[in-house]
Amino acid sequence: MEVKREKIPEDFRIRQLQARDMLRGDLDGEDLERYVQERVLTTTVDKAVGWAQGNSIYPLTFGLACCAMEQIHIVAARMDIARFGFEAFRASPRQADLIILSGRVSIKMAPVIRRIWDQMLEPKWAISMGACCSSMGVFNNYALVPSDKFLPIDVHVPGCPPRPEALMHGILRLRDLIQGHAREGWRARYDAVGTEELLPGEADLDSAGINVFKPGDTAGA
Amino acid sequence: MPDATELELTAQELRDAHNESILDTSFHRDRATLIANPQLIREVLGHLQGKGYNMLASLHGVDYYPEEPRLGVLYEMLDMKRVDRISVKARVSIDDPHIPSVVDLFPTADFPEREVYDMFGVVFDGHPDLRRILMPEDYEGYPQRRDFPVGGEPVLFTFNEEQSYGKYV
Repeated sequence: MEVKREKIPEDFRIRQLQARDMLRGDLDGEDLERYVQERVLTTTVDKAVGWAQGNSIYPLTFGLACCAMEQIHIVAARMDIARFGFEAFRASPRQADLIILSGRVSIKMAPVIRRIWDQMLEPKWAISMGACCSSMGVFNNYALVPSDKFLPIDVHVPGCPPRPEALMHGILRLRDLIQGHAREGWRARYDAVGTEELLPGEADLDSAGINVFKPGDTAGA
Repeated sequence: MPDATELELTAQELRDAHNESILDTSFHRDRATLIANPQLIREVLGHLQGKGYNMLASLHGVDYYPEEPRLGVLYEMLDMKRVDRISVKARVSIDDPHIPSVVDLFPTADFPEREVYDMFGVVFDGHPDLRRILMPEDYEGYPQRRDFPVGGEPVLFTFNEEQSYGKYV
C-alpha cells in the first residue's frame, strides 16, 4: 500500500520561520505587530468563564428512583458523559453545581432536596428528569410534589424514564444555557432576588410582606 | 389453611375462653377469617399465639366505605410448624377508631400499626410510639381513606391547557 505524504503548505512553513525569528528576538516593528495580531484571540471574561464552566459541570451524586438507573448510564461507557467534561460526580453538594432530580419526589423528601440545594454553591443549576419529577407522572396523588414547586428547574427532561440519550441532550441544552449566563445565580436568572431566607431576628416575621410558616401552621402547605 | 369445620371449632374455642370475642366467621375461597371484637383483639391474638399461630405475618388496614363500621384492621397469623394461616379481622367505626395495640405480643407489629395509623387514622391504644411513619409529621388527614381527595396536579390536555400555571404570560 502506497503511503501518501501531504506536502506541507507554504504559509505554514512561513509561520514556522516567523515563530523562530520571534523567539530569537529578530522580529520587530510592523512584522512583530502583525505577528501578535494574528495570534491573539480577544474575548470577554464572561464568555471565557461561560465556556469553561459549561464544559466542566460537576453533577451531584444523587438518585431518587428508577430514573437514577438511566442517570447512571450516562456515566458508563456507551454514553460516556466524560466526552463533554461532566463525568466528575461529586458526593458533596458543596462541591457540585448541578443537581439532577432523577425520580419521584415525595412531599417528605422535598424539604431534604431543598436543603441539599441550599447547600450547593452558586452558580448552580437543576435538571428535572422524568415525568414524576416534572408533573408527578403516574404517581399523581397525595404523596408527591412536582419539583417546580420547590426548586428553580432549568431543564425538564421528559420521559418515563427518559433514555440516557435524552438526559444527555438535556445536559447539553443546559450547557448552552450556562455558556450564556455563566456567572448568574439562580435568583438572578429567574428574577427572584429578594426571596432569600432570613434568620430569626433579621426581620419582623409578622410583617405581611414575609411569607413564613410558623411551626405547626400547615395552612397552604 | 384450616377448613371450615376447624375454623368454626377455633371460633367456638375462642368464644368459650373470652365471651363475645368472635363476632362472626367467614370462609371464602379457602381463606379462613375470624371477625373479632376490636376491644378483645389482644385476647384473641394471644389465644391464637398459644395455639401455635405465633407469627404475625402482616397487619394492615382497609376502608370499607360505604359499609359500616367503615375501617378494618386485618391480622394475618401464620403457624410456622404446621404452615397454617388464619386471618383475624376487626372492624372499627370512623367516629371512634380505637383498637388495643398488640406490640407487646408481637413486636413486629410496631411499624405496621404506625402505618395503619398514618394511612387510615386507626389509633392503637398502648402503642409505645404512635407517630406517622410515611407521611410528614405535620401532614393533615389520612390519605388512604376512601373519602380523602386523590389530590395531585390537574393533568393538562388540549381542552384545558389554558389552566397551565407554567405558561409564560
